[in-house]
Amino acid sequence: MTFKRALGALAVLIVLWLLLPTLVIIPMSFNSAASFNFPPQGFSLQWYENFFTDPSWLRSLGSSLQVALITMVVATALGIMAAIGLSKVKFRGKALLESYFLTPLIVPGIVIAIGLYSLFLRFNLLGTLPGFVLAHTVVALPLVIINVTASLQGVDPKLEQASATLGAGRLRTFFSITLPLIMPGVTAGALFAFVTSFDEIILSLFVQSPQLQTLPVKIYNSVTQTSDPTVAAVAVIAMFTSVLVMLTAQFATRKRKRVSV
Amino acid sequence: MKPESSAFTVGQNEQELRQLHLNTEVISVINDAGISLRDVTKRYGNKAVVDAINLVIKPGEFMTFLGPSGSGKTTTLNMIAGFVSATEGLLHIYGKPVAKLPAHKRDIGMVFQNYALFPHKTVAENIAYPLDRRKISKAEQKTMIAGALEMVRMGEFGDRFPTELSGGQQQRVALARALVYKPRVLLMDEPLGALDKKLREWLQKEIKRIHREVGSTFVYVTHDQEEALSLSDRIAVFNNGRIEQVGSPADLYQKPQTLFVGRFLGESTVLSGSMVSSGAGETTLDISGHAIRVPGQLSSESLAILIRPENIILCDEGSAPSAAGINTLPVTVLDANYLGSSWRCEVELPDGSTGTVRAAQAAGVREPGSRALMRWDVDCGVLLEDTGDEGVSLT
Ligand SMILES: Nc1ncnc2c1ncn2[C@@H]1O[C@H](COP(=O)(O)OP(=O)(O)OP(=O)(O)O)[C@@H](O)[C@H]1O
Ligand SMILES: [Mg+2]
Repeated sequence: MTFKRALGALAVLIVLWLLLPTLVIIPMSFNSAASFNFPPQGFSLQWYENFFTDPSWLRSLGSSLQVALITMVVATALGIMAAIGLSKVKFRGKALLESYFLTPLIVPGIVIAIGLYSLFLRFNLLGTLPGFVLAHTVVALPLVIINVTASLQGVDPKLEQASATLGAGRLRTFFSITLPLIMPGVTAGALFAFVTSFDEIILSLFVQSPQLQTLPVKIYNSVTQTSDPTVAAVAVIAMFTSVLVMLTAQFATRKRKRVSV
Repeated sequence: MKPESSAFTVGQNEQELRQLHLNTEVISVINDAGISLRDVTKRYGNKAVVDAINLVIKPGEFMTFLGPSGSGKTTTLNMIAGFVSATEGLLHIYGKPVAKLPAHKRDIGMVFQNYALFPHKTVAENIAYPLDRRKISKAEQKTMIAGALEMVRMGEFGDRFPTELSGGQQQRVALARALVYKPRVLLMDEPLGALDKKLREWLQKEIKRIHREVGSTFVYVTHDQEEALSLSDRIAVFNNGRIEQVGSPADLYQKPQTLFVGRFLGESTVLSGSMVSSGAGETTLDISGHAIRVPGQLSSESLAILIRPENIILCDEGSAPSAAGINTLPVTVLDANYLGSSWRCEVELPDGSTGTVRAAQAAGVREPGSRALMRWDVDCGVLLEDTGDEGVSLT
């Protein structure tokens, strides 16, 4: 009993430890003083006002949303194709290829970042929208593949055979049968891809240019160069955007599951 | 709706066949067949899982593929469906070469063991799916769907989702979906395999009735011999990637051509022995020192006689006058079971193997452990080559 209680207390501590940085940032964003000192003094909305009136902050928010949306579309399309390809074929070295697709989850981000940096330098992609999308797709793709592969495993391959005998070609079968059945995985994968891109910092720091900065890059630059508490407000906004998207993902998958099962 | 007309003209088709140096007789057999397989082979690596199969299925026929697990039934069916491509051989459906035709262009219907209904569509939407592919108007679809559901006696279930139906109901919907567009060929791979015995028997009758109603060519895969016997016009018995024999259920039961077929269908008593004499359409074998006669002649070293249990009578030792045209053999009764409509006795043959006897009356039954004489008409025995197949029976 006491052991159980100790475990419970430990769990609460861990949750606090995980949440604390996030929880600290919220009161900071309402600080009326122009500093990062904790605890904050007074209450004001000036940092939020700052954010929404400063065109450079708004521009980076716009860039972030743009990059995240395009990355989501690209990674989802590629991820679905890769997952289906991997589920269809059987060959030696398949496990190798599968783990290759998942390397971005294992290889340290900084390694990928340096690799991409030299490649992008060569192909003039640094500081461009395609550059950001390409870089973010590298890290978002595995999440789509994992989610789509998981839902593909629940689809009976006989359904595709049945669809064929009923007169449907491969494309028709994909759009009428397979895609609706893997939709929960596709939705989850797409939203994960969006959030991953929206939060991505390591690769973005290498790809960024003064003209094109995503929100996390701008926050980072701002924190290292000035001590403007506007970043606290921005962080809160970014955090809520991510949480909102993740909740949507949860909701979408759950609702879909009820319909399709 | 008429089945879609062939994309190949007959003339073109005949030309192709002539180029293969087939004679006109063979070409006309292919053209007249519902489904024709000529030397069809499927190899995985070096192993031929379907080995040079020849089979002509008549239009409108109910053909069953029967055989033990792994004998190549599903592979053959999948080649007809277009899911598996043949390594060698000619495959024609209603005279049309289909080797290069993908599954969705073959205009066949298929029913799977696990139903394979689309879980995100209602029953009516499932049945509408093949009609949508054929660009049939919604109004026409409505009557066709209603008709198909009526045919499988599922009229009120159009709005249900597949998960809201029992297994038997799902399979009936699958049948309706596979038949609603009136394909000329319906393929079924163990469609009743997942259902319990009562339901299976009832659905067998339904499938038979539907076959009479639609008149399409049905190809049915099963490893249940009773199902095969009760459903089929003809049965192809598969063994090891080959077809051992094709024939009507009565043919296969009464006149098996191989020991495998005889043993696979129904119960039997098999006597192995060596030839004593042969001539005038009759052969005499030495069965553990007894001279046993059987109609027919075969030129083979090791021979066997197969007798069906209902053709054998048990009587007391020494009582039977050995009349001409009657064989007798002393046996020991091992077991006797009452089955309701008849009795079934297991007997030990002189060589130690087991035989089966069926008696309509209790008078034909002997106590386990007692010695008896087994007697049967010479004409009831079937002379076969002894291939040494162990008794296989999968039900
Ligand atoms: N894709 C494949 N690769 C290799 N071997 C295969 C493949 N598909 C089938 N086989 C082999 O071919 C043989 C015949 O298989 P098939 O499925 O046709 O048997 P079946 O008669 O339908 O048996 P069952 O009654 O168990 O369904 C089996 O030995 C099987 O292992
Ligand atoms: Mg099979």
